[in-house]
Amino acid sequence: MSGVIRKVLKYQASDAARSRWLLVYALFFFLATEGLLRFAGGDAKAVLSLMNVVLFVIPLVTLVLGTVYLYNAREFTELLLAQPITRGKLYAGLYLGLALPLATAFVGGVGIPFLVRGGGDPAFRGSLVALLGTGVMLTAVFTAIAFVIATRAEDRLRGLGLAIGVWLLLALLYDGAVLVIAATFADYPIERPLLALTFANPIDLARVLLLLELDVSALMGYTGAAFQQFFSGALGIAAAGGALVFWVAAPIALGARFFRRKDF
Amino acid sequence: MIEIRGLVKRFGSRDVLRGIDLAVAPARITGIVGPNGAGKTTLIKTILGLTRPDAGHIILDGESIDASRNGSYRARIGYMPQIARFPENLSAAELFAMLRDLRGDVRPVDDDLVRALDLHEQLYKPLRTLSGGTRQKVNAALAFAFTPDLLILDEPTAGLDPLASGILKETISAQRDLDRTVLITSHIMSELDELCDDVVFLLDGRIRYAGSVHDLKLRTRQFSLERAIAAMMAAEVAA
Repeated sequence: MSGVIRKVLKYQASDAARSRWLLVYALFFFLATEGLLRFAGGDAKAVLSLMNVVLFVIPLVTLVLGTVYLYNAREFTELLLAQPITRGKLYAGLYLGLALPLATAFVGGVGIPFLVRGGGDPAFRGSLVALLGTGVMLTAVFTAIAFVIATRAEDRLRGLGLAIGVWLLLALLYDGAVLVIAATFADYPIERPLLALTFANPIDLARVLLLLELDVSALMGYTGAAFQQFFSGALGIAAAGGALVFWVAAPIALGARFFRRKDF
Repeated sequence: MIEIRGLVKRFGSRDVLRGIDLAVAPARITGIVGPNGAGKTTLIKTILGLTRPDAGHIILDGESIDASRNGSYRARIGYMPQIARFPENLSAAELFAMLRDLRGDVRPVDDDLVRALDLHEQLYKPLRTLSGGTRQKVNAALAFAFTPDLLILDEPTAGLDPLASGILKETISAQRDLDRTVLITSHIMSELDELCDDVVFLLDGRIRYAGSVHDLKLRTRQFSLERAIAAMMAAEVAA
């Protein structure tokens, strides 16, 4: 890693790590995991319930905290840009300085309750790792989307509105839309369009990926079922995982492009 | 020191800079004045590379800033932005360390202003706990901390108490003798009158006057910079 990226990351991350919001975020995952492990009855159920929490909470918190943080850092970003460093490196440092503390808070919050129990049931250790990995990927995706929003929208209220809009669209409206489409076109072969829809939504991709890994087809839903028809077993995991990597890379690249061209 | 040729900048349909040609003399203090929206901040930000011009060139000591690799020309510049907002949870000391690190500056930090502004007590507190005025002092001290040859100060005394403002003005005046060039924007004409050798008057993205403060006063037959600028604006309206 370039020296400049590491330096920006170091200070940015130590600022973020001391923020009260990040602590609350980590504590939330810790309490949710601890509670589920105690009362859900078995690690399998706990991981499955956690999955729903993760898919819901990570995109929302990352988008909202990310955009608010970036708007608050606007003036300081200008001061950093006035230093003898390139925009590309500054972007990389700022991005990692936001994504890494968020990912660490999540991994720590979920991981510690499992760790103190000796890693949990060995049979579900793979699922736990998949859950943590998917959560980190979603953090990477939505931090990048927060960057895209905060660099493109000048007005912070509009930016925050956009962030919440993106979340509503991907986390809530999307499911409704899939349901309506599936019900309306029930007599037609709609597996392919549904499959395409899954690839269009990183949250749904993460869900399908985790369910394939956990092998719980009953909870797949429409898009998951369509997915399983096309890709079975390991191939499905590879396809969903690959698509999710694309979803991490694309907004990061887009954010970098906007950041380089922006007039501050 | 700085030579600007044919600088044009549009934001959407709004022309902010409409062809700026300007030479900023070395080891002098130059004030940039003009009403709100005249293009002062945009001009400063273009010199820093924060804003990209649509046309024109900025040349720093004979070298175009576009040719400067990795923005290395900015190592010579100390910038004090208008609004002092810093990472909330860092301390001022960490901020100095961060910028020094980023600039790859191995020299010790020039803390004359930290001492003069009596900032030592505040250095290790989280920046969020500091008052607006204290943050502005930190902002000023940062601009002077890395012995730059060119200082770019955007409304430097805004939000400072009279004592701190006086200390900052003395420090700015002293830069001439250190062979440093200073570029200041301000709304307070009396302050610029006191500090500046040269003045650039911007109106609607064009330069209406660039030259010494003394000549401007002679030309408009006024005793103060404030009245001289007012006279120029009145002539503009009449024309």
